[in-house]
Amino acid sequence: MRRRASRPPAEEPRTIPLRLRVNGEPVEVMAPPHHTLLEVLREEMGLTGTKHGCELGECGTCTVLLDGRPVLSCLVLPRACQGKPIVTVEGLQRGAEPDPLQRAFAELGAAQCGYCTPGILCAARDLLDRRPDPTRDEIREALSGNLCRCTGYIKIYEAVELAARRRTDPQARPSDETLYGRRS
Amino acid sequence: MSGRAPRAGVVGAPITKVDGPAKCAGQTKFADDLVLPRMLFCKIHRAHVPHARIVNVDVSKALAMPGVIAVLTGRDLPIPFGILPVSQDEHALCPDKVRFVGDPVAAVAAVSEDAAFDAMNAIVVEYEPLDPVFSMHEAAEGRGHHLHDYGDDGNIHKKVALEFGDVARGFAEADEVFEDVLFYEGNTHLPMEQHAALAMPEPDGKVTIWSSTQTPHYLHRALAKVLEMPPSRIRVIACPNGGGFGGKSDPFNHEIVVAALALRTGRPVKICLTREEVFYCHRGRHPVLMALKTGVKKDGSITALHFRSYLDGGAYGSYGVASTYYTGALQTVTYPIANYRFEGARFFTNKPPCGPKRGHGTPQPRFALEVQLDKIAARLGMNPADLRLKHLVPPNSLTANYLKVGSMGLGPCIEKVVAGSGFREKHGRLPRGKGIGLACSSYICGAGLPIYWNAMPHTGVQLRLDRGGGVAVFCGEIDIGQGSDTVLAQFVAEVLGIDPLDIRLCVGDTDLTPVDLGSYSSRVTLMMGNAAIQAAERARELLAKAVAAKLEIPGERVGFGGGRVYDVEDPSGKSMTFAEAVVLAESRFGTIGTVGSYVPPPSAGRYRGAGVGPSPAYSYSAAVVEVDVDPDSGWIKVERVWIAHDVGRSINPVLVIGQVEGSVYMGLGEALMEEQVFRANRQGVHKIPSMLEYKSPTTMEMPDVVTYLVEDPDPNGPFGAKEVGQGPLLPVPPALANAVYDAVGVRVDEVPITPEKILKALDSPQKRYGPTRLPRVEWPETTRVPTPWEGGTGKALEPEKAAAPAAGPIGPGGVRS
Repeated sequence: MRRRASRPPAEEPRTIPLRLRVNGEPVEVMAPPHHTLLEVLREEMGLTGTKHGCELGECGTCTVLLDGRPVLSCLVLPRACQGKPIVTVEGLQRGAEPDPLQRAFAELGAAQCGYCTPGILCAARDLLDRRPDPTRDEIREALSGNLCRCTGYIKIYEAVELAARRRTDPQARPSDETLYGRRS
Repeated sequence: MSGRAPRAGVVGAPITKVDGPAKCAGQTKFADDLVLPRMLFCKIHRAHVPHARIVNVDVSKALAMPGVIAVLTGRDLPIPFGILPVSQDEHALCPDKVRFVGDPVAAVAAVSEDAAFDAMNAIVVEYEPLDPVFSMHEAAEGRGHHLHDYGDDGNIHKKVALEFGDVARGFAEADEVFEDVLFYEGNTHLPMEQHAALAMPEPDGKVTIWSSTQTPHYLHRALAKVLEMPPSRIRVIACPNGGGFGGKSDPFNHEIVVAALALRTGRPVKICLTREEVFYCHRGRHPVLMALKTGVKKDGSITALHFRSYLDGGAYGSYGVASTYYTGALQTVTYPIANYRFEGARFFTNKPPCGPKRGHGTPQPRFALEVQLDKIAARLGMNPADLRLKHLVPPNSLTANYLKVGSMGLGPCIEKVVAGSGFREKHGRLPRGKGIGLACSSYICGAGLPIYWNAMPHTGVQLRLDRGGGVAVFCGEIDIGQGSDTVLAQFVAEVLGIDPLDIRLCVGDTDLTPVDLGSYSSRVTLMMGNAAIQAAERARELLAKAVAAKLEIPGERVGFGGGRVYDVEDPSGKSMTFAEAVVLAESRFGTIGTVGSYVPPPSAGRYRGAGVGPSPAYSYSAAVVEVDVDPDSGWIKVERVWIAHDVGRSINPVLVIGQVEGSVYMGLGEALMEEQVFRANRQGVHKIPSMLEYKSPTTMEMPDVVTYLVEDPDPNGPFGAKEVGQGPLLPVPPALANAVYDAVGVRVDEVPITPEKILKALDSPQKRYGPTRLPRVEWPETTRVPTPWEGGTGKALEPEKAAAPAAGPIGPGGVRS
């Protein structure tokens, strides 16, 4: 996936040790110092749930949570993340229990091809942590850095809204229009 | 099998996508997520000139670099390939000539991606420049060296001329004749996932390739051809696609390259294209220039349509011959056209090849036709909705070009969006700057003919029933996000009366699954669905026999549902679990496995070119778009879209709506901003090969969408289902163009419709922005086909008879007017 000639600067060692906290667990890996968080997560840790679409910070696909806030992992050097918690899509669920966002996204088909989904879930999780009951416009704003080519974003909005409603009403159901379309 | 009353159950229910939980957990393995021990990384050196002969490729420096294991050039893979049998014009690595900036020349395999990258840059290619050609006009004028040594006329790849009925007579009968020239700019799929492929050599000499491909079967054939290996020694496994939209439907050079490198090195080799390379892979929407001449009666009925299309094909054939025919195929399936003439030409230019993108060759002509109909309605003083509603192709009829229309729900579609949007109250009556527009469309549900001629099924499904009640379903289909895995599970679960969770799918694997031609042409639900139902019904028959004997009831009284098999006259008394039924059947018949397959019905057209357009069924869509246009800046804000889609029957409504919304989104992107464009003055480089500069709609541009599902079951569809993945894109660009006209009174006869174009149109005396000039093409001799209402049989006339068409004015439907 790499888009650039990628070589450590002459004065740098080939690899450096990195002490990171990923999905609640301490991880120590060796990696070239110039490899991005995206590369280290996928290639050194096998956390391939985080995807890539451009490696230039344009598409939002590689979004993860750093210190609770969404960052583009293709633009972050892991050395700068030491001491801060990192959460990837693999870390969103609690034990065997999916996050309400993950459940709602699956239920409404908000993940079609599913490739932008991990990044969008991370961005949406940040939104709901800050704004438990967001408006449609707040959702638009929060996800405006994440491209999706499949859904037209609408099922994604509806899934975020459903997950938000379930925080107070675990039995909340999607509307008939969401599931079946408008009748008249 | 087909068209029967649906049972209550999982068909028609908005169940969770079977692959949804894994995708939301980050567990789905896309091609680039795969890693194998000792895996090498591949990078491809690409041409940085648009058109040149290769004099020398020096790979010595690259080979000598640390970590480099192998380098391939065009000499290693001399056999050409291509998706269509008539366009075998690509090479895995260009052997003698490069044809666009980005054409592959050499490939490196190295122990790390960094090492491969450096070695790729160390390859030195010496070129002898050839004159490039960047536009259809240049190609038509004979400028530039020929890209290929085949084709209809220099750099004109393909020319087509067909006439159904007699358009001259049709124009003579018309009250008004309208002529327009419109242009639809090219754009690309922009799947979020970059193409990736991994090849693994096996110790016994076989090779396995995992790839983000929509068409594992065609890739399998191309690999066998280029690698000169029996197909039985090659296994293609399609990974779930991170978006396809047609962009992963061709066999690609990089897929062949990694397979060859794996065989050469004895190690697994992976490639993942960069985003920039994805723009060079392309195969996206052809830029199409179109000229329409349409004759209408005062009531709006179409007496004749003469449609000409000019396609800028880029450097290779790809699906281009089919694309060319598609620009002329589906004009006839919405409104009756009494006499129809189509001429099409596709040009070779030194740009990445165009191919099939969502709607394949039909959004462009649909845009042209629906915009012109809006102009016609205005001139005739008719409401655009009435113009269309009064002239709908009747269900179960044949069109002028011999397409068999089955169920036809366009009327209800129009009525839904017109009522929902308040179109009649708003059209022509909104304040300046606000506008509303309507357009309609239709799309195929699978191509009636396969890409290479053969009499075999287009799809097959195999079932294996386990004693524990589980059902393994094998099918060559591949889910590209559209939900094909889910509908496959739903069809089987419905027929066997079990929970979709009891089904294990095995898909897209040429070693293990029966052939399915691939996820393209909106064919999967209809074709795979029919095959799945057949396989499941055969399994059900075996189970029913065994259960009937055990319960001592006649076979026809055995019912399936809720995970149980029972006596329909005593469901609670005489009943057993599905697993118990499988045990009974297996005890009696041995291992339970069944197959189903599907071949589309024969098409009615028997003229040359009749292979493109026929389909078992046609879906229909109508859209209304409301816009706010600032006349000072030209800025367009889409306020809302209302869309109705005749899907025949929703197998899974929430997924159908998702396809509709996604289509609206992609249609808006094409209509407002997306363009794949090049710098002719800079060696034809791509202007914007990045996701930042190739503008696509974000959440901030995407309006609300109101979706109506219209269900007019088609007898050829599984449980009546028709397609939804592509059709709903088609009405969106013309509806938007018509809304812009309603808002500010100018015609932008070209997409994308940008603020600049609106301002230019507002400043122009004609209040129009759009093309005026057509390339000069010598059309070939016309294939003349009498229409069904002229007593035609679907065959073309012999050339001498073609000069004297049947006399007398005749209208569609066999009615003499």
